[in-house]
Amino acid sequence: MADNFSISLKELAKRNKGLASGHRACAGCPFPAIIRMTLSASDYPVVVANATGCMEVTTSIFPFGAWPVPWIHSAFENAAATISGVEAAYKALVRRGEIPSDKKVKFIAFGGDGGTYDIGLQALSGAVERGHNFLYILYDNEGYMNTGIQRSSSTPYGASTTTSPAGKVLPGKLQHKKPIVDIMAAHGMPYVAQASVSHWNDYVKKVRKALSIEGPTFIAVYSPCVPGWGYPENKSIEVAKIAVETGFWPLYEVENGYYKINYRPRNPLPIEEFLKSQVRFAHLLNHPEAIEEIKKFIEQRWKFLEFMEKRREIEGIKEDV
Amino acid sequence: MSEILKTRQALTGNEAFAYAMKQINPDVVAAYPITPATEIVQIFSKYVADGEVDTEFVAVESEHSAMSACIGASAAGARVMTGTSSQGLALMHEMLYIASALRLPIVLAEVNRALSAPINIHCDHSDTMGSRDSGWIQIYCENANEGYHSLIQAVKIAETVNLPVMVTLDGFIISHGMEVVETLDTDAVRQYLGKRKPMYNVLDYENPIMVGPLDLPDYYFEHKRQQIEAMRKAKAVIEEVVTDYNKRFGFDFPVFAEAYRMEDAEYAILVMSSAAGTMKEAVDIMREKGKKVGLVRLKVFRPFPFEVLQELFKNVKAIGVMDRADSVNTMGGPVFNEVRSALYDLNSRPRIMNFVFGLGGRDFPLSDALYIINRVKELKEGKSLDFVEYVGVRE
Repeated sequence: MADNFSISLKELAKRNKGLASGHRACAGCPFPAIIRMTLSASDYPVVVANATGCMEVTTSIFPFGAWPVPWIHSAFENAAATISGVEAAYKALVRRGEIPSDKKVKFIAFGGDGGTYDIGLQALSGAVERGHNFLYILYDNEGYMNTGIQRSSSTPYGASTTTSPAGKVLPGKLQHKKPIVDIMAAHGMPYVAQASVSHWNDYVKKVRKALSIEGPTFIAVYSPCVPGWGYPENKSIEVAKIAVETGFWPLYEVENGYYKINYRPRNPLPIEEFLKSQVRFAHLLNHPEAIEEIKKFIEQRWKFLEFMEKRREIEGIKEDV
Repeated sequence: MSEILKTRQALTGNEAFAYAMKQINPDVVAAYPITPATEIVQIFSKYVADGEVDTEFVAVESEHSAMSACIGASAAGARVMTGTSSQGLALMHEMLYIASALRLPIVLAEVNRALSAPINIHCDHSDTMGSRDSGWIQIYCENANEGYHSLIQAVKIAETVNLPVMVTLDGFIISHGMEVVETLDTDAVRQYLGKRKPMYNVLDYENPIMVGPLDLPDYYFEHKRQQIEAMRKAKAVIEEVVTDYNKRFGFDFPVFAEAYRMEDAEYAILVMSSAAGTMKEAVDIMREKGKKVGLVRLKVFRPFPFEVLQELFKNVKAIGVMDRADSVNTMGGPVFNEVRSALYDLNSRPRIMNFVFGLGGRDFPLSDALYIINRVKELKEGKSLDFVEYVGVRE
């Protein structure tokens, strides 16, 4: 990734355009950090649309609001459609001279995995197809956490949730995660990326890159959930890091259809390290066949990414063009 | 104002709606096509393609997203419109409540059509009656001419009271039927409406606001109460806007309800929308026979004009209320239930019964209209009748 999107931690901290303290996210929840990094990363004023979910309910309890930027929430499944409207209004009002055209504003929609992978996928797909100028940030905590830890189509295979509980017959969720980043990339969007809250530099660069682009962009950022996954609240960043280091959550980006893996764990940790770091997989340690299934999934994902990455090579395209 | 501002044009209901939208030239239109309202979106998108409007047209992928985008755009301070019908309105249902509770003045051109199942593309009022408690102002028009003018007035009403408004026309009967519409000059429309001036908007990043936060039990009720109060105040706003519009442009549109031959009526029919035309004809026929029957065409269903109906019906002995939808509560249609409630406090309460008719586009012939009048006459004369009758159905 071109370095002009880099920003030092010191500079980022100095900007401090983040969420006000006193929001009501769970202790240890990483999305306040994601919001702070995102807003501080932007060189432009931003308007945010938020899907219904943890992020929305914990930062907007009337009469208090934790957001320092204009913010709108309308429903669960439609953050992309709502921001489409805001962006359309901006275009119309600039065209009509109501807003000076030099007043650049960036539009960001935040959604959890339920509001993105599942119920919100249609609105997101539609907004992307129409080419609205916005960045959609998915904070992926792999479940419907706000409603009491239910499965979503982002919940990984074998995870125990309240609607995919591990029981006497079933070993938790029976399906793998939906490959949301690839689904979004298949829309032919200019920029799609997968990041993790544990790798702040990579994430911030991706946000800055996405915001530099006209048109729809998408970033999925891994955001572990303390009560949903069952780990101590001081371990969120560590758990996210283990997901990356085991290869479970690869960091990659897709620019105009060209894939690039941003980070390859030098000595990949065994997946068991990730599974045993949290309660939702605890029952799996007695299910070696389920662990094998997860290993196979990871292996196939990496094969896919490496195959896709070869496109540049095949077409003779240099990096960072 | 002088007559020169008006032009007589032959337009269908959909064309009349689309033409009004062109003259309004909203900042944003987000819409998805649906029969029989498709033409509204279709014609409007041609205006966009030909540069006759400079609206930002968002051709969304569903009605749910249409209303979501309207909400975003309206919260951003834009003048926003959309159009839909039937299943489309039903798919918007969740967002209708959010639009009204966020106090966003969105205007919706609605073409009435039956709801599935069985799937049916023809007229009845089950779609908008399903949205009756969504906090939207609802205006039911008799014909394309009234639809055209009501849509323009709706922008003014919506932006004055900060509530969304839907203006409805009967599917196919009006949406596809051609009639003479007396249109205003585009300049007159634009001058009349001026620009929207929102109190707050989410594009003002120097003064950031949060729209749509979470209300727990400590605030939700107060916010709902304020919304309800806005709907109460909308009555005065509607009256003011329609009266001013009539005066300004030389029209005689009713505000809440049209009273037809009600002066000395001993019994009356209440009906909404296009069926009023047939019903007026039936009333004329009966009047020629010396029967003292009158008709009230209810135009505004939300806010419900209780006081107006109490005044109109205070001297009649019997009323037949016509519903083009059933609330499936086994006690009649939604209009009937509200009218009956409105008349409960009258000193001499008229007898009242319900006629459900025309579901799924079933024809409403003059013979049915005459039948209904005769039944209400029997009711007036003290005959004991069923509470609800289904007219024009094989049973």
